[in-house]
Amino acid sequence: MNDKKGPLFHVARRPHMVWYKAWGIRAIALILALIACAVITTLLTGLNPLDVYATMIKGNLSTPRRVWVLLQELSILLCISLGLAPAFKMKFWNIGGEGQVLVGCLATGAVMILLGDKVPGPVLMILMIVVSLAAGALWGAIPAFFKAKYNTNETLFTLMMNYVGTQLMAYFIIVWEVPKGSGKVGIINQASEAGWFPMIGHNKYLLNILIVAAVTVFMYIYMNYTKHGYEIAVVGESQNTARYVGINVKKVIIRTMCLSGAICGLTGLLLVAGTNHTITTSLAGGRGFTAVMVAWMAKFSPIGMIFTSFLIAFLSKGATEISTMFGLNQSFADILTGIIIFFIIGSEFFINYQIRRRSDGEKEA
Amino acid sequence: MFNFVSFIPRAVGQGIPLLFGSTGETLTEKSGNLNLGIPGIMYVGAMSGVIGAFLYEQSLKASGAPMNTAAAIFIPLICSIVGSLLMGLLYCFLTVTLRANQNVTGLAMTTFGVGFGNFFGGSLIKLTGSDVPSVALSSTSARFSKMLPGVDKLGAFGKIFLSYGFLAYTAIVIAFVTAYILAHTRVGLHLRAVGENPATADSAGINVSKYKYLSTCIGSVIAGMGGLYYVMDFTSGVWSNDGFGDRGWLAIALVIFTIWRPNISVFASILFGGLYILYLYIPTGTNLAVKELYKMLPYVVTIVVLIVISMRDKKENQPPASLGLPYFREER
Repeated sequence: MNDKKGPLFHVARRPHMVWYKAWGIRAIALILALIACAVITTLLTGLNPLDVYATMIKGNLSTPRRVWVLLQELSILLCISLGLAPAFKMKFWNIGGEGQVLVGCLATGAVMILLGDKVPGPVLMILMIVVSLAAGALWGAIPAFFKAKYNTNETLFTLMMNYVGTQLMAYFIIVWEVPKGSGKVGIINQASEAGWFPMIGHNKYLLNILIVAAVTVFMYIYMNYTKHGYEIAVVGESQNTARYVGINVKKVIIRTMCLSGAICGLTGLLLVAGTNHTITTSLAGGRGFTAVMVAWMAKFSPIGMIFTSFLIAFLSKGATEISTMFGLNQSFADILTGIIIFFIIGSEFFINYQIRRRSDGEKEA
Repeated sequence: MFNFVSFIPRAVGQGIPLLFGSTGETLTEKSGNLNLGIPGIMYVGAMSGVIGAFLYEQSLKASGAPMNTAAAIFIPLICSIVGSLLMGLLYCFLTVTLRANQNVTGLAMTTFGVGFGNFFGGSLIKLTGSDVPSVALSSTSARFSKMLPGVDKLGAFGKIFLSYGFLAYTAIVIAFVTAYILAHTRVGLHLRAVGENPATADSAGINVSKYKYLSTCIGSVIAGMGGLYYVMDFTSGVWSNDGFGDRGWLAIALVIFTIWRPNISVFASILFGGLYILYLYIPTGTNLAVKELYKMLPYVVTIVVLIVISMRDKKENQPPASLGLPYFREER
């Protein structure tokens, strides 16, 4: 990737690129990124570049358990991305996924801790679902309300909401800590398993994966074939156009962010009731931010996000395997994720713009 | 009695990394670039300095030479500057030259930068094959946190105003200089014009890309020094993974809190730093949970400021109008 912009070149917007060419460019970027990642891994570990990916594949697929973990990781990342995508499509930069997931976790945990042994199972489960969705929706709706009413900068607002959520979680963890003074909540309802998602067969990940699959289908239909989805697209293209054709822009912004937050809250439910059965401040683990990139890389298409979240989940597990093998730090995965995204971000330029050699030496700023 | 003499130096220590970060981010945002990569850049700035200092200390150990004060300061400082400069260049290349989305680029930089810091923090010893138990750069750090001679004899005054390493004063000077440049010079005027309306600035003959590149790269270097201060001075050269925490985001919060004014940030950063450690000084008894709510305060206050400035809608208090938007001459 050299800087092609100089007096000798002329950059112009490309009309519209056919989809297979666009995806071809993205594929080339991805391959270049994977090569770059392999080279860096080789430099750091001395592993042969081909072995780098062999190790990654082994780390992800060698045992059934690892495959399930990969699928679980993929589905959680996908679920958050599905939540964020409608907001982005509306050009509402919701980078508060992290906070929305955490309050979803917190709400689920609260119901499990406070009512776990007091109400019957099905009622408890319904309460958990309602409360976690509502908490996420609220966390999304607050910035949306101020955006709609006062045009408050939503990027900064949702960003701040993340840490308000984190600290709220930290507060309640200490309030509910078991045993006192440990600073941890531990496994909630370990004996009674009240509020735990039922296992399908002997697999604790399957139900989560199925729920996320259902959400994916729902979002695909919602975004592409409903009036709401259409309104989101119009508001995202131009708020003035939307107003002109009689769309209530404020309502669409708040409604979409409620949905966006609610799906993130649902992810919180899956994390607490489905797999972790505890609450910590690191439950979202930066996925709220990773999901922004996942959604963006897929151009906010639910189907595309399956692939991009697979890519990120696979790399991250693979890199973890490599770092374990060589006794290196686990954060290696973040470095690789960053590199891949840099390449894909950069490749968008070549899809949206064309570069022509200029015949005269006309200067460009 | 509230112990100000011990509280203020600690609040300042907490505040200085935020001051560096927010000054850098303010400068960046004034050009219309919303750099959400600042937390990552601060990690890279810190870690690059640590790598420089670590290699220097190891080479001294191998040769047995005494430590040279100038080298001990300049090697980490230059490494840190180079590290954060590269991150700034990467951000500019992607968002200005390739016109990529700023939010996504920024978040990717944060993922990368935090990963970079933690990876090398956790693997430096293994990768260099040295035989030390942890990355503890006490002798280099001592040079960074060295106070003026005789300060300890000045009592409370000395402790509150003079007990910091040179980077802390550098931060304050940089913040005031940045505020002055932004508000009172032609360069600052041009920069603000670029951030408010790049098309107009362009037609007035201002080189938009040049201003965006320069302000973002300089901003990154300043923010990276915040990371360097944190690890070299505040934590006495001991790197611990994720130890820097979410201070990078707090620095971005501070930019809003100070409504894009680095001179206010000098005091606001100390206030934020104070809020961060206030729980240590307030008798909460056995209720440890409350301290988490105190830590929430800076963010809540920032949200309130954000809401109030958008409600009052006063021109001079708004974010730069083109913040977060790419500029392409042929599309205006």
